[in-house]
Amino acid sequence: MAASSDLEHLEGIDQYKYGFSDPDVSVFKTRKGLDEQVVREISQMKGEPEWMLEKRLEAYGHYVERPIPTWGPDLSSLNLDDIYYYVKPSEMESKSWDDVPESIKQTFDKLGIPEAEQKFLAGVGAQYESEMVYHSVLEHLEEQGVIFLSIEDGLRKHPDLFREYFGTIIPHTDNKFAALNSAVWSGGSFVYVPPGVKVELPLQAYFRLNVANIGQFERTLIIVDEGAQVHYVEGCTAPTYTTDSFHSGVIEIVVKKGARSRYTTIQNWSNNVYNLVTQRAMVHKNASHEWVDANIGSKVTMKYPSCYLMGEGARGEILSLAFAAEGQHQDTGGKVIHAAPNTTSKITSKSISKGSGRASYRGLLRVHENSVNSKSNVVCDALLLDERSRSDTYPYIEIDEDQVTVGHEASVSKVGEEQLFYLMSRGLSEEQAISMVVSGFIEPLVRELPMEYAVEMNRLIQLQMEGSIG
Amino acid sequence: MTEALEIRNLHVAIEDNEILKGVDLVVKQGEIHALMGPNGTGKSTLAKALLGHPDYEITAGEILFKGENIIEMDVDERARLGMFLAFQYPVAIPGVSVANFLRTAINAHRKAADPEDKGISIPDFRTLLKAKMDLLEMDHQFAGRYLNEGFSGGEKKRAEILQLATLEPAIAILDETDSGLDIDALRIVADGVNSLAGPDLGVLIITHYQRILNYIKPDFVHIMLDGRVAESGGPDLAEHLEEHGYNWLREKQSKATAG
Ligand SMILES: Nc1ncnc2c1ncn2[C@@H]1O[C@H](COP(=O)(O)OP(=O)(O)OP(=O)(O)O)[C@@H](O)[C@H]1O
Ligand SMILES: [Mg+2]
Repeated sequence: MAASSDLEHLEGIDQYKYGFSDPDVSVFKTRKGLDEQVVREISQMKGEPEWMLEKRLEAYGHYVERPIPTWGPDLSSLNLDDIYYYVKPSEMESKSWDDVPESIKQTFDKLGIPEAEQKFLAGVGAQYESEMVYHSVLEHLEEQGVIFLSIEDGLRKHPDLFREYFGTIIPHTDNKFAALNSAVWSGGSFVYVPPGVKVELPLQAYFRLNVANIGQFERTLIIVDEGAQVHYVEGCTAPTYTTDSFHSGVIEIVVKKGARSRYTTIQNWSNNVYNLVTQRAMVHKNASHEWVDANIGSKVTMKYPSCYLMGEGARGEILSLAFAAEGQHQDTGGKVIHAAPNTTSKITSKSISKGSGRASYRGLLRVHENSVNSKSNVVCDALLLDERSRSDTYPYIEIDEDQVTVGHEASVSKVGEEQLFYLMSRGLSEEQAISMVVSGFIEPLVRELPMEYAVEMNRLIQLQMEGSIG
Repeated sequence: MTEALEIRNLHVAIEDNEILKGVDLVVKQGEIHALMGPNGTGKSTLAKALLGHPDYEITAGEILFKGENIIEMDVDERARLGMFLAFQYPVAIPGVSVANFLRTAINAHRKAADPEDKGISIPDFRTLLKAKMDLLEMDHQFAGRYLNEGFSGGEKKRAEILQLATLEPAIAILDETDSGLDIDALRIVADGVNSLAGPDLGVLIITHYQRILNYIKPDFVHIMLDGRVAESGGPDLAEHLEEHGYNWLREKQSKATAG
């Protein structure tokens, strides 16, 4: 419902509103490029225990061995030697915005984070360059034992819990970029929700890149204990530079028996960011996990959030939304592994391509033997805005069990001339008419979001639409 | 001031195929015209060409509206100038609610009239929409449905008239709004149109049947044959057609061309 009223405010706004940059105020940077010494330096800066350094070095070794994947988008112009792998923005992380360095605080003010925190969030974490500069959670949740810290504080304050799960859901051997993240990770959140505790409002993390040629490697670990409930949201932006930046996160989630979790991403990186992210949730008996994954920005995104349904009755859902505008390639989708009986999953993917933009759906559905009575449904819809735009689907389905129900549907549509004529015959400009078709196309997905995010999502989509004609 | 839609010697081609071969017709605000004629003679073509459908190429003639030649105008400009077409086959816009769409359309009109306009407020819009829905005896839940998606034939037609009622144009063209309506719905829609009719609205009703004209009394009736307005007259012309069909007119025409 937000589309119509928002349209009017948009005229005259820059296409990418978050492209501003601030002076580099960092207090420490590793040199450009990566070797074992840089990995050691990062670990040392963080004052980590020995076992963590060893894990990093092991991951680094694997990273060096592993080739760059060639099955997906073109990564040939990603120059991994021309990147700062660690940039420390300030001396410490704060629990109060007043203690965050002024220029960094102003950035988050501009992005509206403290305001949103006041209005509708249970907790906020804010990362600037490589480190979290702010983390805070509502007091009553803290009293109930909810932990919402930077990943570094998680390791420091809850070493046993941390070590029990870290790297177990996504081992560093999973893929080249998971290996890289495991070697140089910095920032991200550590979340623990105790049994039975329901966190009603979302916890939000916000990621900001500021300097040029930076790599951001946040690492998040979320543990939702039995019967608990949580919704974690991440948003991200960066300045527009002519050189490329790099974001490669790893998100690990454990959803224990009967728990429910949801992880929402509103990815709005500037168009010079390579965004290669690995996200996975282990879903146990009668638990459920949902990924809501919206990829609006970036130059190239490769991201396939996955649900491993490990316990009987587990449920996984992936809602994927991608908008590939001029010069962007969104290679997104999802993976679901059914490894227990009576598990259900649903993947809904909606992509929009505009100009030379290219949106690819890449999905894997695997049903292991003995996962009897499992059900899965995959629906992929693509909308092309013009003759040049492109969309592809790469669905992989591997089923080793007979007693299952699997559905797969895919559709590609164009904004129809008759639709435009109809809408314009009521007085809408061509641009408004296209926007309206697009917002209708994504509506079934946006409807699933809490109101504030739905409004934000529509707004971002409308910004992407701007100038879509001539 | 009474405005008019004046169509002069209009020739329209689709993919080099001439469909309209010199249409002349004037519809003024405050008048009700009926346009009848056999299938495929170009009635819908005329309607779409008047609104500026990009597939319909105007090869000769002019369309004057409010004294301006609108042939070069975009579809949306014509609409904001006060033209409206109730479609014979309205398309679905999935995911866009009737209410959201209508509010955007109203705001587009308001903004055209006054660039400073901030748009209709939500409470005002609700009140307006409810009143118009009540006029057409529509369930209020209809406002939340996706535009034309899964609408029955009759619901689509009623939704078109709801749009007409909300946008209040100067000239409305209704393309076979009566077909697909049951007897009660026909009466409700006709009553709706009648309540909108008045000195500020000119109506061109395209229809095959006398039935709707029993409710909405036309001042003029025109018959289109082979891309031209072949005959014009008063309401009795429609009654004559109902009884005798189109053959007499075809004969009259061929005699005229032969002679
Ligand atoms: N987009 C198009 N492409 C090709 N031919 C078309 C197109 N639109 C209309 N025509 C042709 O133009 C002629 C007139 O069609 P039109 O729809 O205007 O008729 P009509 O008088 O409205 O008929 P009906 O009473 O059946 O609605 C028909 O022969 C039709 O096939
Ligand atoms: Mg017709």
